[in-house]
Amino acid sequence: MSPAEAAWIVLLLPLLGAVVLGLGFRVWRGITAGIIGTAAVGLAFVFTLITLFGLLGRDEEGTRQIASSLYDYVSVGGVDVKMEILVDPLSVVMLLVVTGVSTLIHLYSIAYMRGDAGYTRFFAYLNFFVFSMLVLVLAGNFVLLIVGWGFVGAASYMLISFWYRRTSATKAGIKAFVINVVGDVGLVLGVILLLKETNSVDFLDTFHSAKETFGEDGSGSLTAALLLIMVGAFAKSAQMPLHTWLPDAMEGPTPVSSLIHAATMVTAGVYLIARLHPLMELSPTAQTVGAIIGCATLLVAGTIGLVQTDLKRVIAYSTMSQIGYMIMGVSAGAYVAGMFHLMTHAFFKALLFMAAGSLISAMAGEQNMNKMGGFRKAMPFTFLAFVIGGLALSGIPPFSGFFSKDEILAGVASEGGWHWILWGAGIFGAFLTAVYTWRMIFRAFWGPPVPEAKELEEGHLHHAAEHRNPATGEIEDTGVGFPGPEHHIAERAPAMRMAMSVLAVLAVVGGILGIPHVFTPLEHFLEPVFEEAHALHHVDTSITVLGLIVGSLAGIAGIAVAYVIWAKPTTRGEASTAISSGWQRRFAPVHRLFVNKWYFDEIIDLLIVRPVRGFGRWAHDGFERLVIGGAIVGGTTGAVRGASAVVRRLQSGYLRTYSAVVLTGAAVLVIYFLTQS
Amino acid sequence: MDEILFFVAGIAAIVAAAGTVLLRNPFYAVLSLVVHLLSLSLLFLLLYAQFVAVVQVMVYVGAVMVLYVFVNAYVGGSEEPRGGSAPTLKMFSYAIAVTLAVTIGIAVLGTGLKAIDGAGPENIPASFGSPANIGELLLTKFLLPFEAASFLLLVAAIGAVVLARRRRGVLTGEERIVSAMDVLAPAGTGSMREGVGAINPNPGARSVRIAPSTGAGAPGESADPPARDTTEGTR
Amino acid sequence: MSTGWYLAVSAIVFAIGAGGVTTRRNPLLVLVCLELMLNAGNLAIVAFARMHGATEGHVFALVVMVVAAAEVVVGLGIVVALYRNRVAVDVDELRELHG
Repeated sequence: MSPAEAAWIVLLLPLLGAVVLGLGFRVWRGITAGIIGTAAVGLAFVFTLITLFGLLGRDEEGTRQIASSLYDYVSVGGVDVKMEILVDPLSVVMLLVVTGVSTLIHLYSIAYMRGDAGYTRFFAYLNFFVFSMLVLVLAGNFVLLIVGWGFVGAASYMLISFWYRRTSATKAGIKAFVINVVGDVGLVLGVILLLKETNSVDFLDTFHSAKETFGEDGSGSLTAALLLIMVGAFAKSAQMPLHTWLPDAMEGPTPVSSLIHAATMVTAGVYLIARLHPLMELSPTAQTVGAIIGCATLLVAGTIGLVQTDLKRVIAYSTMSQIGYMIMGVSAGAYVAGMFHLMTHAFFKALLFMAAGSLISAMAGEQNMNKMGGFRKAMPFTFLAFVIGGLALSGIPPFSGFFSKDEILAGVASEGGWHWILWGAGIFGAFLTAVYTWRMIFRAFWGPPVPEAKELEEGHLHHAAEHRNPATGEIEDTGVGFPGPEHHIAERAPAMRMAMSVLAVLAVVGGILGIPHVFTPLEHFLEPVFEEAHALHHVDTSITVLGLIVGSLAGIAGIAVAYVIWAKPTTRGEASTAISSGWQRRFAPVHRLFVNKWYFDEIIDLLIVRPVRGFGRWAHDGFERLVIGGAIVGGTTGAVRGASAVVRRLQSGYLRTYSAVVLTGAAVLVIYFLTQS
Repeated sequence: MDEILFFVAGIAAIVAAAGTVLLRNPFYAVLSLVVHLLSLSLLFLLLYAQFVAVVQVMVYVGAVMVLYVFVNAYVGGSEEPRGGSAPTLKMFSYAIAVTLAVTIGIAVLGTGLKAIDGAGPENIPASFGSPANIGELLLTKFLLPFEAASFLLLVAAIGAVVLARRRRGVLTGEERIVSAMDVLAPAGTGSMREGVGAINPNPGARSVRIAPSTGAGAPGESADPPARDTTEGTR
Repeated sequence: MSTGWYLAVSAIVFAIGAGGVTTRRNPLLVLVCLELMLNAGNLAIVAFARMHGATEGHVFALVVMVVAAAEVVVGLGIVVALYRNRVAVDVDELRELHG
C-alpha cells in the first residue's frame, strides 16, 4: 500500500466512525459506542504508521512529498481545485500526533464519560473532530485547508457546548465559534489574495511559483495575505488578541479540553505557519509580527495563569502560553523546533488535562483550586501524572518539554539582534510556567487533605449531594445536556490509567526525538520539507547549550519559588498562604490586572461587542421597527387597508346596487360613444 | 295595415313591459309579462319571423311563463313592501333607465345607416324565416352553437334539480347527516319500528350538529404538547 | 315599417327592463325583468334580420331564447331553494357576501 492510499484511509476511518455513531446513537448507547469511536481512531493511527513507514521506505530526495488527488473538485477560470491531499514528513508528523493523542483520549473518554446521557453523541463529535483535523492536516490545497479549518471550528463549538443545557457552556461555545469565524474570514481573505497573485490554490504550485511571483524579498500583497492568514492562525491558536475564547472553552468536558484545546486543534495555527514557510520566508514583516505576538501571548498568558483559581483555566492559559512559544518559534524560522514542541506539548498537556479531569472527578465536578488540597495520598497515580506533566511543562531535564522548548528559544536567539529580547522573554516565560504549574500541583496535592480527599483515602469517592455548575453554582440534573451522574478517577478506571500511562511515558521520553546535536531523528525526518528555510542549519552550539542551562535553571527556580510560596510547611507544620496573600495585598493593582485577564474581555467588549450591539439595537429599535416595520411594511398594509376599506364599501351585498352600477357603466359607455361620433 | 298592427303591438309591448316592472303584485307582473311576450310575437310576425314568433309563444308563453306562475304560487307571491330600503337608488335607477332609453334611441335613430330608415328588401322569399330554412341553418352553418345551446340546457336542467332538491345543512345549526353512519346504521333504521324506539333507541346518534363556529375538539389537534426529546437517554 | 321603429321599441323595452332589475326586490321579478331585457335584444336581432333579409338572425334569436330558458331554470331553482330554507325571498336581504 502506498503512503497516499494509507493516508486516504486515515482520513476515511474517523469519518466512518462519526457517521456510524451519529446515525446509530439509538443502537449503541453504552460502552460499545466508545469502543467503536476508539477503534476508528486507533485504526487511523495504525494506518498513519503505515504511511510513515511507507514514506521512510522512500528516497529522501524529493520523493517523500506525495500529492494525491481523488478528483477535480472545481475547475474554473484557470484555477483547478482538486480533492487533494499532500503527504509529506510535516503532515505525517501532524498525523501521528493527532491520531495518536486522539486514540489515547478516546480511550480515556470511554471511562471518563461513562454515565453521561450523551455518551454516543460525544464519541460521534470526537470522531468528527478527528476527521476535520485530519482534513486540515492532510489538505493539499488552500480550499481543503479552509474546509478542514471550518470543520474543526464547528467540532470545537459542538464539543464546548456539549452540555447544551448549561448556559455557560453554550455561551462559551458561541464565543469560541464567533472568534474562530473572525479568524476564518481572515484566512479566506488571505487565501483569496494569494489566489489573485499566484492564480493557484495548490500548496506546491504556490510554493514553487512564490519566488517568481513575489520576488526574493516578498511584496506588500504577500505580506498582507500572510498577515490575514495569520489572523486565522491566531484565532485558532488562541493568540492575542483573539485568545479570549480558549479559557472559556474549558466549559467543555475535560477530554475535549485535552484533545482539542490543548493537543491538536489549537496547534493548527502553528502547523499552518510551518506549512506556509516558503511564503513566510519571503515576508520578514509577517515573521516579525508572528514572533512578537507569540512572545506577547506567552508572557500575558503566563501572568494570568499565576492567579487563576480554576484548575482547568490555569492549564488553558498554560496552553496559550506554550502555543505562544510555538508561534514565536515557527515565525522566527525555527520550524522543526516548533513542530517538535507541538508534539511534546501534545503529550504532556494532554496528560495534564487528563490528570486534571481525574482530580475534578474526585472533587465531584468542582474545579476551584481553593477547595482542593492534600490529594497526594488519595490519588497517587493522578499525582504522579501531574508531576510528570508538570516537570515536562516546566522544562526540567530530561523531560520532553526541556528539549523542545529550549530548541525553540535557541532557534529564535540564533536570529540575533532584537530576537535576544524574545529569548529573554521566553526564559522568563519558562520561569512563570514553572511557577504556575507547580502552584497548581502544590495547591491540589500538598497541604491538609480536604474532606473529599479524606473520603477518598477511606475508599469512597465523593459525590455531591446535588449537581451544580462549577462556574455559576446553578443546580443541574443529570439528564441529556448536563454532565452525567457518575464520576471517574484514574485510580479506578483502567482505561483512563492506560491512556495516561502511555502519555506519561511519552512526556518523559518524547524529548529523545530531538536532543540537540546528539540525536535528532525528527529534525532529520522533517529536514526535506524545510530545506529552503534559512534558519535551520546554523544554530550555534553555544546558544543551544546556554539555552539548555538557563532554561532548566529558570524551570527549577520557578518550582522552588512555587514551593516556598505554596507548599513549604511553616513552623506550625502546615502550608501557609501568608506569602501569597501578602503579595496579593502589596501588588494589588497588578493582581487585579492578572485576575481580570488583562481586561481583554472588557476591552473587546468595549471596542467591538458594545458598538456592534449598539448598532444592532439601533437597527432593531430604530431602523427595523420604525422604518421597515413602521413605514414600509406598516405603510404598505395601511395603504392597502385604506384602499380596501374604500373598495369594500362598494361591495355592499345589495344585488340591485350592483346592477345599477353595471347599467350606469353601460350608459356612460353609450354616452361616450355618442359624444365621440 | 302593417303600421296599425305595429303600433298596436308595439304600444302593447311597451305598456306591458312597464306593467311588469311597476305592478306590485308579482302574479300580475308575470301576467303582464305574458301580454308583453304575446305582443312581441306579433311584432316578430310583422318582421316575417314566423318560426321565431311561434317558438316565442310556445316556449315562452307556454312553458317558461307557466314555470314562473308555478314558482310564484309556490313561493306565495307576496307583495313587495313599499318604499324599499333605498329610495335614492330607485330614483337613480329610473334616471339611468331613461338615460339608457334616450341614448340608445339616439344612437339607433341618429346613425348614418340608410337601411335603418327602410323596411328591408321588398321581395323576400317565402322560405324566409321558415322552419325548413332555420333548421337547415341550425344543422349546417350553426351546428356548433346549436350543440352548445343543447348542452347548456342539459346543464341548466341538472343544475335546477340539484338546486331545488330537498335537503338540509345549508346553514350552521342545521343538522347534517353523516353518510358513513348510514352504512353502519342497524337494519330497519328509518322505519316505523325505529320511531317507537324498538331498533335504534338513540336516533340522535345518526346525525351531528354543526358546532356554531368554535374550533373546540378539532380532530387535528392533539391534547398533549409534544414530549421532551429523550432519545439520547442511556439510563 | 322601417327598421328604426322596431329598434326604438326594443330600446324602450330594454330600458324598462333595466330599470326593473334595479328596482324590484323580489328575485322572481328580477328574473322577469331580465326576460324583458333579453326579449328587447331578441326584437332588435329579428328586426335586423328582416332588414338584411337574412335568416341567420333568427337562429341567434333562438339561441337567446335557449339561454333565457336556462337562466330561468337556474334562477327559479335558486328561488325555490331559498324558500325551502326559509330565507327571506328578497334580494336586499340576501347580502351575506357584503364586504
